[in-house]
Amino acid sequence: MTKAAGRIAGAVLLAFILSGCSGVQSALDPKGPAAGELARLIWFFTVLCTIIWVLVMGVVAGILLRRRQRRLHDPLRVDQDEERTISRVVISAVGATALVLVGLTLLSFFANRTLAGIGEDAVLTIRLTGHQWWWEVRYENAEPNRILTTANEIHIPAGEAVRLLLESDDVIHSFWVPSLHGKLDLVPGMVNTLTLRADRPGIYRGQCAEFCGAQHAHMATLVVAQPRAEFDAWYDEQLKSAVEPSSEEQRTGRDTFLNGPCVMCHRIQGTPAGAITGPDLTHVASRQTIAAGTLRFSRGNLAAWIADPQGIKPGSKMPVMDLDGDQLNAIVAYLESLK
Amino acid sequence: MKTRVLLLMLLCVAIPVAGCEREERNTRPDPALGSSEQGVPVTTLAPGGERPSLSDTKAAEFENNAYHLSEGKRLFDWFNCSGCHANGGGGMGPALMDDKWIYGGSIESIHATIRDGRPNGMPSFRDRIPDDQIWELAAFVRALSGNASKAAAPSRNDDMMAHPSENRLPNATTLGKSP
Amino acid sequence: MSSADLAPKPEGILDTELDAESLRRRLAETWKTRSGLVGFLSSVDHKVIARRYLITALIFLCLGGLSAVAMRVQLSGPERGLIGPDLYNQLFTMHGVTMMFLFAVPIMQAVGLYLVPLMVGTRNIAFPRLSAFSYWVYLSGGVFVWVSFFLNMGPDIGWFAYVPLSGPEFAPGKRADVWAQMITYTEVSSLAVAVATIVTVLKQRAPGMSLDRIPLFVWAILVTSFVIVFAMPSVMIASSFLILDRLVGTHIFNPAEGGDALIFQHLFWFFGHPEVYIIFLPATGMVSAIVPTFARRPIFGYLALVLSLIAVGILSFGLWVHHMFATGLPKLGASFFTASSMLIAIPNGIQIFCWLATLWSGGPLRLKTPLLFVFGFFFIFVAGGLTGVMLASVPLDLQVHDTYFVVAHFHYVLIGGAVFPLLGATYYWFPKLTGRMMSERLGRWHFWLAFIGFNAAFFPMHIVGLWGMPRRVYTYPVELGWGGINLFITAGALLFFLSFVLFVINLARSARSGEAAGENPWDAGTLEWAVSSPPPNYNFARIPVVAHSEPLWAERGSMPVAAGLRVDAREVLISTVAEAKPDLREKSARPSIWPFFSALSVGGTFLGSIFTPWAVVWGALPIAVSLIGWFWPKGAPEDEE
Repeated sequence: MTKAAGRIAGAVLLAFILSGCSGVQSALDPKGPAAGELARLIWFFTVLCTIIWVLVMGVVAGILLRRRQRRLHDPLRVDQDEERTISRVVISAVGATALVLVGLTLLSFFANRTLAGIGEDAVLTIRLTGHQWWWEVRYENAEPNRILTTANEIHIPAGEAVRLLLESDDVIHSFWVPSLHGKLDLVPGMVNTLTLRADRPGIYRGQCAEFCGAQHAHMATLVVAQPRAEFDAWYDEQLKSAVEPSSEEQRTGRDTFLNGPCVMCHRIQGTPAGAITGPDLTHVASRQTIAAGTLRFSRGNLAAWIADPQGIKPGSKMPVMDLDGDQLNAIVAYLESLK
Repeated sequence: MKTRVLLLMLLCVAIPVAGCEREERNTRPDPALGSSEQGVPVTTLAPGGERPSLSDTKAAEFENNAYHLSEGKRLFDWFNCSGCHANGGGGMGPALMDDKWIYGGSIESIHATIRDGRPNGMPSFRDRIPDDQIWELAAFVRALSGNASKAAAPSRNDDMMAHPSENRLPNATTLGKSP
Repeated sequence: MSSADLAPKPEGILDTELDAESLRRRLAETWKTRSGLVGFLSSVDHKVIARRYLITALIFLCLGGLSAVAMRVQLSGPERGLIGPDLYNQLFTMHGVTMMFLFAVPIMQAVGLYLVPLMVGTRNIAFPRLSAFSYWVYLSGGVFVWVSFFLNMGPDIGWFAYVPLSGPEFAPGKRADVWAQMITYTEVSSLAVAVATIVTVLKQRAPGMSLDRIPLFVWAILVTSFVIVFAMPSVMIASSFLILDRLVGTHIFNPAEGGDALIFQHLFWFFGHPEVYIIFLPATGMVSAIVPTFARRPIFGYLALVLSLIAVGILSFGLWVHHMFATGLPKLGASFFTASSMLIAIPNGIQIFCWLATLWSGGPLRLKTPLLFVFGFFFIFVAGGLTGVMLASVPLDLQVHDTYFVVAHFHYVLIGGAVFPLLGATYYWFPKLTGRMMSERLGRWHFWLAFIGFNAAFFPMHIVGLWGMPRRVYTYPVELGWGGINLFITAGALLFFLSFVLFVINLARSARSGEAAGENPWDAGTLEWAVSSPPPNYNFARIPVVAHSEPLWAERGSMPVAAGLRVDAREVLISTVAEAKPDLREKSARPSIWPFFSALSVGGTFLGSIFTPWAVVWGALPIAVSLIGWFWPKGAPEDEE
């Protein structure tokens, strides 16, 4: 019975493993040189460790299945010849272990060097600041009017190296996009540097990997790798001020936004709203998610989020507000227009 | 004897239960309590003797709750209260760490001050700050003069030290006076 | 106090003057624990204290297990709303601190506390009152943290409590302080037991038990105790710094005032990594005790095993940084810790090979439940050790750090490496503790359920970790496709939990109506099997003289004994450190209620110091009073040669 159960469990696991290779946030699905190197390392270690494990279990099975002659009653009597043979086997096993470990240490050292060498030619510097529980993304530029601030979504040109400066505004977070790179912490009082490169255009999900409080689970980010031209167009578009409302409802929405609680924390460039404690909303409708990857961006989700943020993401810094239905709809209509 | 044991047991239960309320982290307070619109007297002087003090249903929930106090401290910073009140020491606006209250020092009065504003510069934050956050701010402002429970008041921030943290601030009303 | 005590004869009654029957009667009278509440609170018998430890730790195991089940149910599907983030964060913190500080370390020390005096052939632990004190401190720490949890005041910052999340700004209220002081309680008690154990092993061994004849389990406990003595102060410093930052506004971890947030992690992991070995080393000792008994031969490579234990103990202090590879440390420094982490695999490998060699060349195996668990240990622990090698590699660690891969790894190491041997040890030594055998049939059911449940619960975690699921999340979105595998994990976890229900049933039933065991049911070779089951309160009527590392196998008839100890006063034999030559007769402390009062006042001080630093000042008064009571000279005669 246990055998059959084991076989079924094995089949299920195998199915899991195979289906996992196409995950959106998987270390086994590398999409950049760093993650590629790491995935190779993971597979190498896994295969080697599996072999060693199977060998040891082979010995265990041998012990269990071995036919042995009945020993004399005295447990203290041991066969000295056999002891010597076993000693030799044990010593060579220890030696082999040491060799394997030295090999693995060297391998991991050189892999680390390879990783450090990736992207010395970074074309772009992005300052990524962790907040409870969202990411502030700021594109540094020598020209002050080309500095760009956005949130939770990091656009990068595909095939080019990008330098990320990791900082934290409150507690320790960890930036981790498994299909592009290993994780690196955002520690208050420190600046860590990470180089990111995506080989191909695509959207790669990442998530905070260091426990950072109530909503650690809802602190995701998307890295959007685009062809260079597309990226430049996106950048120029993002630099612009927010679009003017085009309908009556949107106008009402903007006024409600500016006269309501929203303005206390959020910034919309081109309007008097200039607070920087919450995510920048100038082009919020161009982003794919709301509340750091908690919800997909859609009119319904946006309305739900504004109406009851504490129900969706309890503990987040977005408060429950007194808005009636009309006000809510107007604000949603306005925000939806901020492409 | 029996009553004494009973009293002791009651005390043992009462202390932790008090702690319980202090540690509650209610991020979505009961909307049934509503936003308080009741008037708050600016003075206790009134014809025909002293007025009974009005207390708001929400005050108790926020006053000595550690989470709300720390949220108040965060919002004090986020909404730039220090711009005028300078970390509570006073600047363009009056100091908040002393025992002088122009418009009353109860949490209800402070709530009314933040919500409706006051003459000579205190803006009205009605509609700008959700009511619950105003309560959090009001509770924190009281902590600035040592009026909150020491077990619930916020400790220092990870910043440059402007003044001793609220859980170590002396109570301004008794400071420097012999008991 | 009787008049005889006030004016003692220069020599009391020696055991040489008595026949066997009256010797037993008199010793039992001298070493007995008084009845009644006062007697209960003042017992200093190491077996009584250890039994309390074991039962308390078992209760904490149940609580920790229940919190794990609650978490698994919440994670069984995406976006499940059963448990909110606030409660979930408290739950995983409670699970971590309970399993590490209230279950694993104390239970390992408790097994040592029970068995070490029996195995080295002495009548009590070295500092019996200190051991009694340690139990009450441990109990009050555990009760304190769980009562806090039920009052919605449980710590919610993880068992590691990194600042600034646990610091004054981001952890309002008293939750983080509960964590910090719980650490202090449990570490004080661990240190006390460790010190008593070290002295017992080094100074109270039976005559002839030279260093190369000490049972491996005792070696393991000895090394563990040294690791505790050097590791625990580090975390106590960290937690005291934390509580200072929170309570009196020091700036130790505040970068804005010149402090440093990473210092906390260094202090914590300088303790935290040795902590793993504090839990694991006693378990290797258990394996080293079980394997020779069931293989019916002395252990293969005794010297290699002892040296490996010592090597692991020392090396365990050189690995802490591999918990911090993702914090952005200098790369070359990090690589050093890769090398040292790899290095510790060698002594661990030696241990595995020696056990396998013993089993290979032994007589026909007696595949009883204890040995089954040892085989489960090989299966699981070797896998956990190998994933540990993966984690030691800096670049690889960057992908799997703080994911479910790590959760899988350390459960493989801690459950496979420590809990499975511990369960085996329970089946093995239960007859010694109670005089009754545990049910073999239930034991087998327990083993297979635990084995299958464990692997079903934790193996898939490796995979879901590589798929990108971070630790300590209270939920996860549907789109990531982790739902199915998490449901499978939850099912496995429930099965694993069920196996423990079976275990508790087996314990309760066997303790009441198990088959009688006799002195040495497994025909084992070490000294604890020379006394009756359960052992009498004086352990050995006459102190045995040891001439072999498996004395009961070497002396099939009757053992030579050393005589000359008093029977009308508590006396133990002190021997030399290396060769265990009889050296002195030493008084062993009598029962006293003062350790209980000391623990109470120490506990009260810790509790009060959460609220005000003045508690330390005022708490010093009752502590001083109770310590004076504890050490008050009662006219006991000087130690005799």
